[in-house]
Amino acid sequence: MLAEALFFSAALFAIGVFGVLIRRNAIIVFMCVELMLNAVNLSFVAFAEAYGVAGQVFVFFVMTVAAAEAAVGLAIIIALFRHRQTVDLTNINLLKG
Amino acid sequence: MVSFLQAVAPVAKEMPHGSLPLGYTFHFYLFGLFAIVSALLFVTRKSPVAAALWLVNTMFSLAALYVLLDAQFIGAIQVLVYAGAIMVVFLFVIMLLNLGHGVGGDIRSIGWKIVAGAVGLAIVAEIFAVTKAKTAVTLTLPADFVAKQIDATGAIAPIAAPLFNEYLLAFEVTSILLLAAVVGAVVLGKQRGESGTQDAG
Repeated sequence: MLAEALFFSAALFAIGVFGVLIRRNAIIVFMCVELMLNAVNLSFVAFAEAYGVAGQVFVFFVMTVAAAEAAVGLAIIIALFRHRQTVDLTNINLLKG
Repeated sequence: MVSFLQAVAPVAKEMPHGSLPLGYTFHFYLFGLFAIVSALLFVTRKSPVAAALWLVNTMFSLAALYVLLDAQFIGAIQVLVYAGAIMVVFLFVIMLLNLGHGVGGDIRSIGWKIVAGAVGLAIVAEIFAVTKAKTAVTLTLPADFVAKQIDATGAIAPIAAPLFNEYLLAFEVTSILLLAAVVGAVVLGKQRGESGTQDAG
């Protein structure tokens, strides 16, 4: 099942990248990043079945980092919304040259 | 109590590698397609709430795939942490910022869609090229090694042993990361003072 799992993982990762590029809502872009993390987790679990259980430990760490990232990222989005009254990424262009 | 997936999975263990039972393969493809369809619906829904709920669906499908891949503990954690905790926080933020209406949608123009589709296809092609690479035979474990480990010691012990031995330092660093993230989230989310003066936070 390794090849199939890697196929699903690649497809989910690509859908995540696609979502990051086509959406303008910061929260949905952020959820797409979570989808990409999930796709990588699927690869880890699939490899863990073939190469030893350490892959599942890595999934554990990825989930922890994702939880920390979600907490900080959503706090940033809330701070941004307070400042700008929008989460549309086209309106958040302070760093644009 | 024997659940449906638990009823399917042990049959797979008895078969020699390469000839998995039809039920196992069927469920693997079913949940995989379910995950991909849900993910596609997730990136194309206009309403943020609908998008978030489709993402929850993807995560449940992935949890089922984890169980089929002998990672029962990770599957449970996936449901509890990802589908349960992280997505609820996302939905709370959507509710707090009152974004649920999805006025006009937020999907970019056709040019962006073409670029995004090209980048996505390039990544899929790249990953396919990488999966063709051969790994050293010495790295490969005997068939059903992890499944036998889980049968012998339970689903959690094979993960806990490396986590608290080989990866103990990473585990402890993770706790510092979580502390920093919680403090950072509180500082960032804190209301500024009423008269525009910044408080001590």
